[in-house]
Amino acid sequence: MREFKILAVIAALVGITYYGIEPYAHHIMHPEVAPADFSFKTLKNVDTTLAGNVENGKVLVEANCIACHAIDKAGYPAVMPNADAAASYGVVPPDLSSAGRIYDKNYLANFIFDPVTAMHLEGKYTPESGKQFPMPAYNWMSPQEIMDVVAYLQSVSPKVEGTEAHKATFEAACGRCHDMKYAGIEATTPKDNLKTYMGTTPPDLSQYIKSRGEHYLHTFINDPQALLHGTSMPRVGLTEAAQEEVIAYMEEIGDSKKAERESLGLWVMLYTFVFAILAYLWKRKIWSEVH
Amino acid sequence: MMDESRRGFIGKAFGAVAAVGGVASLIAMKKTWDPLPSVMSAGFTTVDVSGLEANKLEIAVWRGKPVFILKYTEDMKPTDGRSVKIGDHYFSVMIGLCTHLGCIPAYRADQHDFKCACHGGEFSADGVHKFGPPPRPLDLPPFKLDGVTLVLGEEGPEYKAMMAKAGGA
Amino acid sequence: MAEFKKADSMLEWFDQRLGVVNFAKVMMTEYWIPKNINFLWAMGVLLTVMFTFLVVSGIFLLMYYKPDVNMAFDSVNYTIMQEVAYGWLFRHIHAVGASVVFLVIYIHMFTGIYYGSYKKGREMIWISGMLLFVLFSAEGFSGYMLPWGQMSYWAAYVITEIFGGIPFIGDELVVWIRGNFYVSDSTLTRFFMLHVLLIPLAILGAIVFHFYALRFPHVNNEKGEFFDFDEEAEKYLAGNKKESKVVPFWPVFLSKDFFVLGFFMLFFFYLVFFHYNFAMDPVNFDKADGLKTPAHIYPEWYFLWSYEVLRGFFFEIAGVSGKDLGLIAFGIANAIFFVMPWLDRSPMVKPANQRPYFKYWFWFLMVDLIVLTVYGKLPPTGANAWVGFASSMTFLVLFAALPFITKAEAKKVGGK
Repeated sequence: MREFKILAVIAALVGITYYGIEPYAHHIMHPEVAPADFSFKTLKNVDTTLAGNVENGKVLVEANCIACHAIDKAGYPAVMPNADAAASYGVVPPDLSSAGRIYDKNYLANFIFDPVTAMHLEGKYTPESGKQFPMPAYNWMSPQEIMDVVAYLQSVSPKVEGTEAHKATFEAACGRCHDMKYAGIEATTPKDNLKTYMGTTPPDLSQYIKSRGEHYLHTFINDPQALLHGTSMPRVGLTEAAQEEVIAYMEEIGDSKKAERESLGLWVMLYTFVFAILAYLWKRKIWSEVH
Repeated sequence: MMDESRRGFIGKAFGAVAAVGGVASLIAMKKTWDPLPSVMSAGFTTVDVSGLEANKLEIAVWRGKPVFILKYTEDMKPTDGRSVKIGDHYFSVMIGLCTHLGCIPAYRADQHDFKCACHGGEFSADGVHKFGPPPRPLDLPPFKLDGVTLVLGEEGPEYKAMMAKAGGA
Repeated sequence: MAEFKKADSMLEWFDQRLGVVNFAKVMMTEYWIPKNINFLWAMGVLLTVMFTFLVVSGIFLLMYYKPDVNMAFDSVNYTIMQEVAYGWLFRHIHAVGASVVFLVIYIHMFTGIYYGSYKKGREMIWISGMLLFVLFSAEGFSGYMLPWGQMSYWAAYVITEIFGGIPFIGDELVVWIRGNFYVSDSTLTRFFMLHVLLIPLAILGAIVFHFYALRFPHVNNEKGEFFDFDEEAEKYLAGNKKESKVVPFWPVFLSKDFFVLGFFMLFFFYLVFFHYNFAMDPVNFDKADGLKTPAHIYPEWYFLWSYEVLRGFFFEIAGVSGKDLGLIAFGIANAIFFVMPWLDRSPMVKPANQRPYFKYWFWFLMVDLIVLTVYGKLPPTGANAWVGFASSMTFLVLFAALPFITKAEAKKVGGK
């Protein structure tokens, strides 16, 4: 009985200390922010209830987009090699093949209308800064025309699933600026251009699943400004499903032994439990002679 | 009697020789831990300050340490003994490590001051500590002026003048 | 050489040459431990097992780790964590084990303080134990640098910078320790050497010394009772096992230890596989960058209390700067436990709760250490800085008052 009391006292002291230095301290150092919003409801420039016309969208895309953007899956190759594109625009313009699949419809429409507001980078592209986002705002297009473009982009996006989708989404959404060294992926924009364009070299994401954790990434990718005010990383506007694919990919690369760890953990604990029970029985037998 | 004192002498001599050997090896071991000559002589960092923007912190690296170079705006007052005049403009040139425990303070452009995230120390634009645990202003790196080029690691007359002022104060 | 008879058995063959029968008696079957003990007496064996875990996991990590600033981070986080079969397991055991070993050390240490096991002839046990604490601290600190993450770098930076506060030689001493003006490749390689060779050797020596120091004064017991071990041992050997106040180390004492060890390991492996962030700080999965300070810098949890004593003094008192005061207080905090046997002036060897004054002192110290630990992690801003100052002062005052409290206690109980 006395031993249980001692154990309870130690457990209480250790528990209080643990609570103070882990959950409580982290709560103080990293205050909670508003949860991720995957409907991008603050963006209201375009009426997204309008049904888009794919045919008309194709015409608009050919006239307005493919001068800079590749849409490989629809037969529009890149206009120039990555290095040249980065030199001309500051950063490699994205291939729009998967744009319809990975970006939220509301975000995409509002992005076309006004990229800077959609990306939440008003703080970087102020009139005083003299900087200009390489893509112009298509706010002269009618909402119907914008929705036609969105409908066209959605129609050409190939369907991919499973781990293949994880990698594809990561490359499309993050791969123009970020390296993923542990997967052998290098940013498509050359480092020098990136440094000028972003103000700093974007980090390698190989271990971000460990250093930031799933919880942080979940809100951060959705709206970087909310957690890191002043960062030059844009809000990229991924749908919840696409963002989960990105995070899944970061986990596959950064924490590849997770499944093995969790299953082996159960077996080792089961073994240790058997060890402990037998140790107890043996101890009882031995001590019965001396007590 | 004779015998014993001689044994005493030989014993002491043996002990002394052993001690000399021990001390000599300790010196050798201490020196093995010294920074290498290549490290000691490594690098002078040169920075061309002519292209810098006012009120925007430039961080150069000198001997692995960040060196803050801050060009003053018109309304920022230079401090005697801490601000450096290069051409027509005044600059702060200082080692960007908090004098408390060596973190790198961040520049707050709107308030013209530095704030250290580690233990809350604050420094004014000329590097003088004004709040928190830092015991002294940000250190000044030895420098030499060569026109509009700043050479970190060499002691020029401007630096010596500033040091003399700091020592005299 | 003595003449050897032909041995009749393998045991006899070894016994002739190594005296194994007598050795086993002295070390195991006739090494006497008091009977009235509780599970807190198993911490020594737990520590021995944990140290073995650390050595074994460390050996495997050593096969793939590269002590070089350009390669260290990836050799740990890619090669060991993702390529080497079970490399992740060894790293988790090593990192979590290093943290948990301090939990057990603290329990072991405060058990000693609670039961007065540092007094009356047991001073050398206590001092050798404190020496082990210091060596483990150095081992933990040097090892924490090796993964070369942001926390490795900045903890190394801040802690080596502390030596800069020593008068006259401070600045040069820091450069000498680092082998450079900043924490760099030379710092990493020398701390690597310390971590994998010099300090482990010293720890092994200190463990042997600690065990040896136990032989003459014997292990303390739950009541602080003194008795004649030889007499009790005779009773035991004569078959009066139930009457005797002692039990042999093997198998009786160890059977209890293994039982405690079993349940402790259950807890340990839970942490290793499912709950390891407390020992493997997420910030350390960012590669070291000397030009980018993390938002919050803190040491591992087991150094937090003394770290808080260091930074608790954040303002000048009587012309002495906060930094110097903190450094002095930090020095005292790390040395004061060594002299526990002489600070406690009461000859009474009893569990703290049976000591009229000491019990308050003990629980006060526990609370203060927990406050120091928690506030050592929190950002030192606003009211937190003052809590840090108050608890640091409390720590110093508690130890300054200990001789007087225990002297008064000795008077009260009449030297019993």
